[in-house]
Amino acid sequence: MAVSILHRASGDGLAIVGALLFLWWLGALAAGPDAYAAFVACVWHDPSPDAGTFHMVTNLLGKVVLIGLTWAFFQHLFSGLRHFVLDTGAGYELKTNKLWSMLVIVGALLATAATWLYIFAEALNG
Amino acid sequence: MGNGTHLGKVRGLGSSGHGSHHWLQQRLTALGNILLVGFLFVSFLRLPMTDHGAVLRWASNPMVALALILMVVSVFWHLRLGLTVLIEDYVHGEATRLLSLVLLNFYAIGGAAYGIFAIVRIALAPAAGLAPGGM
Repeated sequence: MAVSILHRASGDGLAIVGALLFLWWLGALAAGPDAYAAFVACVWHDPSPDAGTFHMVTNLLGKVVLIGLTWAFFQHLFSGLRHFVLDTGAGYELKTNKLWSMLVIVGALLATAATWLYIFAEALNG
Repeated sequence: MGNGTHLGKVRGLGSSGHGSHHWLQQRLTALGNILLVGFLFVSFLRLPMTDHGAVLRWASNPMVALALILMVVSVFWHLRLGLTVLIEDYVHGEATRLLSLVLLNFYAIGGAAYGIFAIVRIALAPAAGLAPGGM
């Protein structure tokens, strides 16, 4: 049950928030260095010494959204793989089904944590 | 639709009347997404994402641009299927449902077109002697 609704919720989040953020990033990349710098300053980090409160807020929001999208990506990916297994007709026994559902949820959280530990470690080291 | 066999019962049934076609497309684009979004995810982790020049060089590589275009097609196709089911389940009333589906199609097709055009521009700008810009 929970995995099913999480599959839909994470998919919808990726479809709307994820896709729009991707298009914003892609458009900024095509538009040139200034537009790209403006995108980075809004979503990730404003390097200018007099960065305002507005960017402090959007930088924090940007990281929250990106972490949320990372979780949605892994949740939807693992849950989708579970659906491929179920499509073959396997894994409908109650115990097996419950075990794989739990593994999907735990796996998505662990993969998200690992990804962001890697990103923040990279940011600190270099 | 059904001709009495099990296969005949499965073909063409379901709430929308054409379920198996939707089902198969969702699986095919899901496989595409695993490969192509997986590639994007790993690339994002490896690239210096705040460096415009480095990211632009990566994106303008022909193989990368091709993969990105395929990814946009696969992702927007898949999300159109998923959001269609969402609307069919939760939006009631003939007129609102129709309007929602029209807006979803504008979003899916418009978004994909915007994405593909941006990638083509990035990839071909050097050959055309264009500076980045214009999106």
